[in-house]
Amino acid sequence: MLGYYFDLAIRSLKRSPGLTALMILIVGFGVAASMTSYSVFRAVSGDPIPWKSSRLFVPQIDMWGPKGRLDATNNNDPPDAMDYLDATALMRDHRGKYQSAMYRVSPSIVPPDAHMHPINVGGHAVYSEFFAMLDVPFKYGSAWAADSDAQRAAVVVINAKLNQKLFGGNNSVGKTLDIDGKDYRIVGVLDNWTPKPVYYDVVNTGGFTADQEDVFLPFTRAIDVDMQNDGNTNCSEIPKGSGFVGLQQSSCVWISYMVELDDKAAVSSYKNYLDGYFNDQKASGRFNWPLNNRLRDLPAWLESEHVVPSDTKISLVVALGLLIACLVNTAGLLLAKFLRRSSEIGVRRALGAPRMAIYTQFLVEAGTVGLTGGVLGLLLTWIGIHGISWVLPKEIASLARVDLNLLALTLAVAIIATMLAGLYPTFRASRVQPALQLKTN
Amino acid sequence: MEIRPILASLHKHRVPALLIVLEIALACAVLCNAVFMVAQCVIDGRAPNAIDEQGVSVIHIGGLDGRLAADSVSRDVAALRAMPGVKTVAAINEPPLGPDAMFNGFASKPNEEPQVNSSVYLIGKGAEQALGLKLLQGRYFTDEEYAQGELLPNHQSASHVVLVNQSDAKRWWPGQSALGQQIYSDINTWTVIGVVADVIAQDPSFAGVSGKYSSVFFPQRPSAELNNYILRSDPADRDHVLQQAMQTLGKLEPGAVLEGKTFADVRADYFAGSRNLAWMLVLVCVVMLAVTALGIVGLTSFWVGQRRKQIGIRRAVGASCRQILAYFQTENFLLSTAGVLLGLVLAFAINIYLMRHYEVSRMPWYYLGGGAAALWLLGQLAVLGPALRAASVPPVEATRTI
Repeated sequence: MLGYYFDLAIRSLKRSPGLTALMILIVGFGVAASMTSYSVFRAVSGDPIPWKSSRLFVPQIDMWGPKGRLDATNNNDPPDAMDYLDATALMRDHRGKYQSAMYRVSPSIVPPDAHMHPINVGGHAVYSEFFAMLDVPFKYGSAWAADSDAQRAAVVVINAKLNQKLFGGNNSVGKTLDIDGKDYRIVGVLDNWTPKPVYYDVVNTGGFTADQEDVFLPFTRAIDVDMQNDGNTNCSEIPKGSGFVGLQQSSCVWISYMVELDDKAAVSSYKNYLDGYFNDQKASGRFNWPLNNRLRDLPAWLESEHVVPSDTKISLVVALGLLIACLVNTAGLLLAKFLRRSSEIGVRRALGAPRMAIYTQFLVEAGTVGLTGGVLGLLLTWIGIHGISWVLPKEIASLARVDLNLLALTLAVAIIATMLAGLYPTFRASRVQPALQLKTN
Repeated sequence: MEIRPILASLHKHRVPALLIVLEIALACAVLCNAVFMVAQCVIDGRAPNAIDEQGVSVIHIGGLDGRLAADSVSRDVAALRAMPGVKTVAAINEPPLGPDAMFNGFASKPNEEPQVNSSVYLIGKGAEQALGLKLLQGRYFTDEEYAQGELLPNHQSASHVVLVNQSDAKRWWPGQSALGQQIYSDINTWTVIGVVADVIAQDPSFAGVSGKYSSVFFPQRPSAELNNYILRSDPADRDHVLQQAMQTLGKLEPGAVLEGKTFADVRADYFAGSRNLAWMLVLVCVVMLAVTALGIVGLTSFWVGQRRKQIGIRRAVGASCRQILAYFQTENFLLSTAGVLLGLVLAFAINIYLMRHYEVSRMPWYYLGGGAAALWLLGQLAVLGPALRAASVPPVEATRTI
């Protein structure tokens, strides 16, 4: 019977091509707009490291106290980064399975090829455990050994893109690289690792950034050679000392910190440790305000840092508004279309069709419109996703992808939404009084 | 025009009428908010900035050796100044709308907590001409003041003089002359020697509304902090001059990383995000209006088709074409009015939601008025076609059975 209704639907839709085209266009536009913005939203709000995000934590210590609160709206949160003193103390105590303090650097590199101009690269100064903690994939070589941290060794891990640029993509492990005028030994080459968002350091990158992560070098080494912080520096008090050393002695926050804790026991013992650390500092007279630490896991951390850009959210809201408006329109047009066929319905009812049959017939017709609109919507979504870079920043737009899930979702949304829109018109159609219709004919 | 029959007829077709009302309400709500946000983006993108934006180019220089930077900066500025087509050159820490902003808080009274993120411009000798600042009161820095300017360990200027924006002068000393007044930060004090027309902040979105036009200028001698060169040339050969300057600097500083942009590009890049959002909203508005108009046409056509016989009877008993036309137009006007009223409430609610969750300000009433007028007009235009068709129904229709 469904096949027959489908056939009927096609015939009926063909009979008024203008109205049909209008409905299909409206459904197509509405679905495409919402699916395009949804695909971007999905890309930016996704979990960057789903297999591990619940085991990665960001500790926050209230080293500024209430007077340093940037704004009261932020749940009275302590600063979202660390000062040098606390970051290195936490590294020294080493209470997590893996942990790393890190800061953003932007050194200049003199390429081994003498014809090439020096280039500025981006990267992070990290500890050796950074790579194991974040399951960073290596193409060649590996992370530096833990004792390189202690020895402040001149070693570096470079990303695939920089390796391609400088060494033509060959295995460059063991070669030397001139970074800020000093030689570093390359110990590892990453397998094009470009997580989006840059979840390990959202404070300094905002999460989504066009900046490359080209080099990773030991934190201790970077401090040793005065490699300047290229990320944000926030101070509640002006540093007393001058320069980079002054920054290290100050309470200014500029270091991100991440720790891996594998089970509940580890989390609670780390929390206790963090609180104990604060209380020790308080006892020694450094703080005179109540304990206000945080230990958020990665998803909660990304949420609290508002990593999903507000532009993306606004466009999703706007697109949903457009979809709703399109559905209301479709409902109106379907109503017009169905009620025009009152006499046909009257004949069917008089010949003994139950209301249910009328229901099915017209829902199939609505579904057919939805399906066709959905196919058009797919096409428009595909165009939209390829054209979205025109509307949203490149680093965000490039994340939007067409995949099977999105295709299926687009079709499903189109069909279900149109059938929803068709519910009332169908209900009205099934209420047609056969006698009345037959009489006026 | 008697509206009671129209109301009676609408009452009979409650649901289609309600659908039209809903369509108009949704379109009105989205339209008001979208247009308002587009206007905000346009206003932001055109934020005035009292420098010679058309003539200025900016070259960022990175990777200079900090200890030799002073010499490099002097040498580079001299070399650039000698180039043909270059009017003036100066070094600065960061141009307006630049990405690596330097903010600090200043107060007009000692020991007062500063409330505003002011952009700190450390300018090298000649930067007032290179930028094209407009002096409103007082004077610029002297050569001696430039020679003494440097950064103290606490990141404050060691100079004792400062130029301030006009807005800051009004904010700090309302109704008084700013000249000779003092501003304070940490343990330092500076005397205002001049007031310039408002120069925009380095990162206005971070500076916020209060800091957008809060800029202070300190003299600075050549140093590592001055890692941007401001080139001023004739707007006509600006691009060419910038290209030449990049080559000159490339030869002069083989180890440095250079990035050159005209100020027009600096502005375009800074506002790229909001400009794109604006275009998307415009697109949404157009689609929304088209969909609404088509929806009205579709439903009214259906309506007209259903009432051909009634129209025929009215015509047969003496109604003119004009009266039939007026009937449908009035009907649409009533529906639009209901839709617009509902839409205004909805628009207001959306605005409040956006205000609460995003950095959107309160929508002024005239956007609501504009949105309402636009939808009234759209409704009348959309209904015109079906209404004309209705008016052309001949009276003889009354005598036909179908």
